[in-house]
Amino acid sequence: MAAETVSQHDEDDSELTRLLGAYIACATGWLVLSTAVGIIVAFKFAYPEFLTNPYFSFGRLRPIHTNDTFYAWASVALVGLVFYVACKTCATRLYSIKLGWITLALFNIAAVLGTIALDIGFNNGDQEYREWIWWIEALLLIAILTAAYNLIMTVARRKDDDIYLSNWYTMGGIIWTLILSIVAFIPLYQYGLGQVAVQGFFMHNAVGMWFTPLTLGLFYYVLPKLLNRPIYSYALGVLAFWTNLVFYPIIGAHHFIFSPLPWWLQTLAIVFSVAMLVPVWAGSANFLLTMRGRWEQVRRSYALPFVFVGVLGYLLGSTQGTFEAFRSLQAVWHLTNFTVGHSHLTMYTFITFGIWGGIYALVPRATGRAPSLMLTGLHFWLATVGMTIYILALSIGGTIQGLVWMSGAPFIDSVTAIAPDWLWRSIGGSLMFISHLVFAWNVWIMLGGGERVASRIEPIKEAA
Amino acid sequence: MNRDGRLLAIAGGSGLVYLVLATLMGVLPGMALSRTAPGPGVTPLTAEQQAGRAVYIAEGCSYCHTQQVRPLAMDKVFGRPSAPGDYAYQTPELLGSERTGPDLTNVGVRQPAEVWQYIHLYDPRAVVPQSIMPSYHWLFEVVPSAPPGVTPVALPPAYAPKSGVVIPTARAKALVAYLLSLKQPALPADMEKAAQEAAQAMAPAKPAAGQGAGKAAVQGFDYASTGPNLYGANCAACHGAQGTGVAGAFPPLANDPVVTAADPTEHVKIVLDGLHGKSIGGTAYGGQMPAFATQLTDEQIAAIVDHERTSWGNHARTVTPRDVARIRKGGK
Repeated sequence: MAAETVSQHDEDDSELTRLLGAYIACATGWLVLSTAVGIIVAFKFAYPEFLTNPYFSFGRLRPIHTNDTFYAWASVALVGLVFYVACKTCATRLYSIKLGWITLALFNIAAVLGTIALDIGFNNGDQEYREWIWWIEALLLIAILTAAYNLIMTVARRKDDDIYLSNWYTMGGIIWTLILSIVAFIPLYQYGLGQVAVQGFFMHNAVGMWFTPLTLGLFYYVLPKLLNRPIYSYALGVLAFWTNLVFYPIIGAHHFIFSPLPWWLQTLAIVFSVAMLVPVWAGSANFLLTMRGRWEQVRRSYALPFVFVGVLGYLLGSTQGTFEAFRSLQAVWHLTNFTVGHSHLTMYTFITFGIWGGIYALVPRATGRAPSLMLTGLHFWLATVGMTIYILALSIGGTIQGLVWMSGAPFIDSVTAIAPDWLWRSIGGSLMFISHLVFAWNVWIMLGGGERVASRIEPIKEAA
Repeated sequence: MNRDGRLLAIAGGSGLVYLVLATLMGVLPGMALSRTAPGPGVTPLTAEQQAGRAVYIAEGCSYCHTQQVRPLAMDKVFGRPSAPGDYAYQTPELLGSERTGPDLTNVGVRQPAEVWQYIHLYDPRAVVPQSIMPSYHWLFEVVPSAPPGVTPVALPPAYAPKSGVVIPTARAKALVAYLLSLKQPALPADMEKAAQEAAQAMAPAKPAAGQGAGKAAVQGFDYASTGPNLYGANCAACHGAQGTGVAGAFPPLANDPVVTAADPTEHVKIVLDGLHGKSIGGTAYGGQMPAFATQLTDEQIAAIVDHERTSWGNHARTVTPRDVARIRKGGK
């Protein structure tokens, strides 16, 4: 690829750095807010009278936690990083810095309005991950549209003929999500059971066709860059790209197994859930084989431990998803807290750790300011230990819940049986939340806050 | 491939593939299933019930309560398996993905007492001590005394405000109207059969006759069908785990004249047919008790009645499933 030095357009690069910094700062703020909400919600399981008030009630805060995590934390952080990766891999400027700011503003406005609307009791029908009322959802859709346009036009201006694999994933993810958002937005075919079918399709794809490809695209850039070696197999990455695209959209109905949705639709979803092992194992193997033999380097890095956990999260979370789709295991786990554990294994261990890896890898190189290794390590270990406790507690608790239901005991016994696990979940969640405060401090340092400035870091000069 | 061709293949090509898949897996199933005809007996909601459904959505009830009964043995307590036609008038759909609290598909049959719903919404722990459901105080008003024609919520003193009485707001009334409307209409015979077959197909394989029967006998103790367990699942929400009831709404069973009567006929009859508005010892009870005749077997009713007749200081003659069968048929 063309090796254009950054110094040739220093001015533009500082603009891009400012834009990246703004995305990361906003995303970090939303992470702290949405997980503070998560903590309140978690403690309500142990102390149901804690904050009895409509604006702090479980039913209103729960969708605030999920939507802000999705669209304000993960989406904003990923779009910021993806723009940066596109510019670096294409050795070009962002198509429009101004449009980049507009996208960021739209994400933030949608999230602020969505949060307020949910908190005062405007919920678009309890449809998970699309609870914002329609005109706020429309703002989000325009944010994604502007981001897609900006990204594609940036790649179109690349110096080289080839399109680096990262951009396959990130462009794909953003285009698919645009289509998905439009499909989910139009109400014409969403009545009664029809809406159940669309919801199954939507809630699944909103994760796997948006966060997954964006984060994988980030890995395909960060890993070779930090390890200074090419990705193990480009072909394996291409295989994973197309198989993920074809298999994933078929499996949404596995969220409604045993529901009145047509049985064939559920069976098809289960079959392709198994097929998903192909892209998941191909992708995970590709990343792990790229890291092979360089574990000392991984250990000493700021960013690579996060990426490593992210890759493990991808492998474990997605494989777990395949097994959860089997009717025999669904019978125990479906509708229990096991699912909540699963969604944190994916959205947290995979996506959030992946984003952190990307931030610690790219932001110091863009701004020239690195956080202290000690505080980065503290962030890593608090988050890792907290998340492990969280997921184990809900996996065990969810299994117990399902077994109590199957035993024929009164329903309330399933509530009392899982109570200790809910308390453990709050403890794990608290550690996770504290790690986010440490992370926020690190972001502050990386973006130039405070007195303490670590040694200047070499900016990324070349395309990957 | 040239420059623009590459971009077109990756961005456009993958976008096109996704558009086709989104149409096949999202839009077309949505279109087809949106036309699902209402099942027999499935009717649109009234304006008030619809307003209650909006409260249900705004307060996020469906994050803990499902409205889908699966064709699985463990879901039987919530009603018959849900059928496609059940959802004809349900937009937005509220099937839910978590069952932290019980399924509500058929709660109008299971818990038909308006007063229970009010007490439970105001403070769930007033009727179910182990409940972790939030209290919805903001759906109620505390007034010095109830205006004429309005019945205050019969809260147990420990859960009532220090002064004044609690009355439901219009939102609470609508929500309760919606909850009480959640009743599964009976399935036509052929669909019922299909649903049962589906349920059996999903049940764990039964050991072959002879082999395994001995093993079951060794394991023997079937907790699910014991009296205390059945009482806990079906009766304790109103009459209390200790048979204490709720003053003014649900009579206590401890030391109750019917429960301790030498002749158990009336006791069994009430369980079979339900009861409403009875006055006991000069106290009128406003709660509506559902009929259990179609929900529980003779064995289960006998187990519950025996538990009630021998607990909390009660020492009355017990009944057998055959007694229940006789009373069910109208015999003495």
